[in-house]
Amino acid sequence: MDAKVANNEFTIAGKTFSSRFLIGTSRYPNQQVMMDAIEASGAEIVTVAVRRVSQDSGGEGLYDLLGDRFHLLPNTAGCFTARDAVVTAELAREALETNWVKLEVIGDDETLFPDVEQLLRAAEELVSKGFIVLPYCNDDPITCKKLEDIGCAAVMPLAAPIGSGMGIRNPYNLRIIREQCSVPIIVDAGVGTASDAAEALELGCDGILLNTAVAGARDPVKMAKAMKLGIEAGRYAFEAGRIPRRLFATASTPTDGAIEL
Amino acid sequence: MSKTISVNGEQKPLNSSTLIELLEENGVDSGKGGVAVALNGEVVPRADWAQTSMKQDDKVEIVHIVRGG
Repeated sequence: MDAKVANNEFTIAGKTFSSRFLIGTSRYPNQQVMMDAIEASGAEIVTVAVRRVSQDSGGEGLYDLLGDRFHLLPNTAGCFTARDAVVTAELAREALETNWVKLEVIGDDETLFPDVEQLLRAAEELVSKGFIVLPYCNDDPITCKKLEDIGCAAVMPLAAPIGSGMGIRNPYNLRIIREQCSVPIIVDAGVGTASDAAEALELGCDGILLNTAVAGARDPVKMAKAMKLGIEAGRYAFEAGRIPRRLFATASTPTDGAIEL
Repeated sequence: MSKTISVNGEQKPLNSSTLIELLEENGVDSGKGGVAVALNGEVVPRADWAQTSMKQDDKVEIVHIVRGG
C-alpha cells in the first residue's frame, strides 16, 4: 500500500468496501437530494428499513431506485423486543435477498437507547440463523465485547443519541472498545458534523454510519461531502499517529543561533 | 359467514385463495423485489407464495423496503 495514502478500504465479514462511510436514506427534503447526497458521500453501504405496505407508501420503489447500485443494509428500527427484531430481520432477508442486518432493539422512544438484554438475545439468535449482524449498541465496552463474542461481524456503538447531533460524548469509551474488540467498529448515531466524524476515525474507529446529520443539514449534499472528507481526514490522522498532548510549550523553531543582546 | 384474516393489523374478509392473490388484492406487485410476507409470524419464502393458502384468523404481514437510517 502507498504509505502516503490512507487506507479507505475496510472489510466486514470478508467483504471489502472502498468507503468507510455508511449512510441512511431517511429524512431528506426530497428524493433527488437524497440521491445526490448519497452520491456525494461516496458510500457503498446504504441503510433502509422494513415497514408494512400501506396505501400511501405503495409507490415508493426505493428498492428499484437503489437496489442495483448500493449494498442495501436493512435495519430493525422501531423494534423493542428480540422477537420483533428477529422477524423483521427475516423479512428483510427475504425482501432484499441479503443476510446482512443492522440490528436495532431499542429500549424507549425518548432516548432510542438500545435495550441491551434484548439486543444480545436477538444478536445471538440471528447469528445462529446465519445472519451477518451489525448491532447498534451503547458505547459500552462490555456490551461490545459480548456482541463480538456472540459472533457479530462488527459493533456499532452510538456516539450520542440517534439524531441528536451531539458528537462523541465519550471518546474514552470508544478508545477502550478499540483496544478490546477486533471486529470493525462503526460509530452509529450522534455524529453532528464533519469534525465529529473525523474524531471517531482518529480514535481508531473503522467507519461511520449516519443519516440525520446529512439529511437535516441546510445543504445535505455539501454535508455529505464534508462527512466524506472528515472521515478520510480522520483516517489519515489515525494512521499518521498524533503527537502526545503536553501541558507546556515545545518550541518548533530551533533555539540555536538566536541572537543574544 | 365469510372467513376473516388480519392483514397488516386490519381485519379483512378472506377473498384470496393464496398469498399471491392476497398481495395483488392489496395492490402489491408480487413480481417486484423489496417485498416480503410473514404468515403468523413466520416468513413465507417468495417461492411459496403461489402455494400458500390462509385460514380463519390468520395474521398476515406484508412489508416492503422504505427509507431508514
